[in-house]
Amino acid sequence: MEPLKIVSSRTVVVPLANVDTDQIIPARFLTTTTKDGLGQRLFADWRYLPDGSPNPDFILNQPSARGCQVLVAGRNFGCGSSREHAPWALVDYGIRAVISTEIADIFRSNALKNGLLPVMVDETTAAWLIEHPGAEVTIDLDRATLTLPTGVPVSFPIEAFARHCLLNGVNELGYLQSNLAAIERYEASLPAGA
Amino acid sequence: MTASTLFDKVWKAHEVVPETAATPAVLYIDLHLVHEVTSPQAFSVLRSLKLPVRRLDRTLATMDHSTPTTTDQVFGNVPIKVDAAARQVRQLEHNAAEFGVELFGMRDARRGIVHVISPELGASRPGMTIVCGDSHTSTHGAFGALAFGIGSTEVGHVLATQCLLQRKPKSFAVNVEGRLPPGVTAKDLILAIIGKVGVSGGTGHVFEYRGSTIRGLSMDERMTVCNMSIEAGARAGMVAPDEVTFAYLQGRPRAPQGTRWEESLARWKALVSDPGANFDGSVDIDASALEPMITYGTNPGMVVPISGAIPRSSGDAILDKALGYMGFKGGDAMLGKPVNTVFIGSCTNGRLEDLEAAASVLRGRKVASGVHLLIVPGSQAVKRDAEAAGFAEVFRAAGADWRESGCSMCLGMNGDTVAAGQYSVSTSNRNFEGRQGVGARTLLASPLTAAASAVRGRIADPREFL
Repeated sequence: MEPLKIVSSRTVVVPLANVDTDQIIPARFLTTTTKDGLGQRLFADWRYLPDGSPNPDFILNQPSARGCQVLVAGRNFGCGSSREHAPWALVDYGIRAVISTEIADIFRSNALKNGLLPVMVDETTAAWLIEHPGAEVTIDLDRATLTLPTGVPVSFPIEAFARHCLLNGVNELGYLQSNLAAIERYEASLPAGA
Repeated sequence: MTASTLFDKVWKAHEVVPETAATPAVLYIDLHLVHEVTSPQAFSVLRSLKLPVRRLDRTLATMDHSTPTTTDQVFGNVPIKVDAAARQVRQLEHNAAEFGVELFGMRDARRGIVHVISPELGASRPGMTIVCGDSHTSTHGAFGALAFGIGSTEVGHVLATQCLLQRKPKSFAVNVEGRLPPGVTAKDLILAIIGKVGVSGGTGHVFEYRGSTIRGLSMDERMTVCNMSIEAGARAGMVAPDEVTFAYLQGRPRAPQGTRWEESLARWKALVSDPGANFDGSVDIDASALEPMITYGTNPGMVVPISGAIPRSSGDAILDKALGYMGFKGGDAMLGKPVNTVFIGSCTNGRLEDLEAAASVLRGRKVASGVHLLIVPGSQAVKRDAEAAGFAEVFRAAGADWRESGCSMCLGMNGDTVAAGQYSVSTSNRNFEGRQGVGARTLLASPLTAAASAVRGRIADPREFL
């Protein structure tokens, strides 16, 4: 994976709370056996009308959303299923960071493995971002800060090892494999039949 | 020695490398369940890195999400109607053969929903760590296992190393006391818990369901409760193993036998939270005060007692959007609302006791005219048992559609869908927008409530049928 240090972009805002993974990518598109092209299906049931044409009311179809790499969402973004197709779809579309007050556990873990930054912020920061769609923000992964146009950097929590892997382009699988001797010792210690 | 929770004990026993400030724990995984939807990309990674599956003896694959449920498509010569689903099924067959993974394929008598077959085989056991690329893996926590859903990248990690990198979640006690009233089921209990905790109240936590009510539940009921832990945001849900657990497991094909059984039993009996063990969070539920529950909105936390009314909006954008999607008005009663489709099945409520409950309502009655009642067993074994017990005959006589096993109408990706705008009373786990088909309106409920509503053709109180 390419190292990731800074995401700097205007925001696109989906203010709803509890945006579940079935909205991010509906189940009928999970019959794919690759990760390719899922960006076209991102938010499919909100983004397209029943005849397949773009829904002009949905934010991603508005000119202001073009080129935005940062999605601001209501609380509990990414709840529901474990489908990694959700971050794959967001990344394929061009989103590099999701900002919310709460991000669901499995989605957050999946996002980190795909270079999509889950940025959890306090209520005040989130409220400001929701009220100011299109704001220019900068996310500095090394410092774990989000900087708003108002200038004050806000720090956000991020798991230390995931941050290290993203900053340095380290593959987590390689790290797991480097623990092979410990894994073998553990297996040898298991009771028979356990 | 400090008092430990059940979760602490299972976690500790699986630390290959403990976590530090800089690195997560390397956690050993005892059982990896694999299905066709979330595994293809993981097998591709192994193929590109020329890696084998590390522990074939700890890996079990089946197909459930994309598989059709009509007998002609499963056992006849009719091809799978959804092309992409057919390709995904073939891809899993190919991957399992190439890597040597045990697969319960389309026509295997042991096939079924991944969270139904592993328990019935005796493969899900106390104290294990169990993962699957599926958020409802929490189901297996009913056995006192630490079981949770993972993404496809992590599926690849487990295939290659039998381990995961994990930070230890917090613990959360769900204390349930009192006797469930007649007509109030494990499904109603977990819906009430989600209603109280909220859909993100469990985020970052592992639930332990405790108390006399939980002790009094069967394994099928405990699985229903643990299954929906993720709907409260919890990573996993656990129940301490006891005599009910041991009686369920003894003699199952993959449960330990002979002296191994005795040794296992001795280990399993220690898998309880110590008196005074500290939980990071807790909630108390009085089971005796519960009613049958039903959802009115677009997440499982939007739930009311069946005799209740839909909450009135007070400028709440989330509620307004949900009610708009559902075509409901705040203040309306749930009882008597129209029903077009009823689905009984899924990893939440597709086990034999669920079908027995449905049969108890449907026996000697007919499905209301204009209502489609689809009953889908959780596994082929459940199907055979339901046929042997006479439930299938009851379903057919009532006018229900009785199918082969699979995830079916829980999620619209296998050909079983609810049409746009239609109301579906469903025993599944998610009422998200479009979950059962584009524009489908889902109301989550128990098998008793679902069957009662199928008979009335409207949302009905199952207690009138007892």
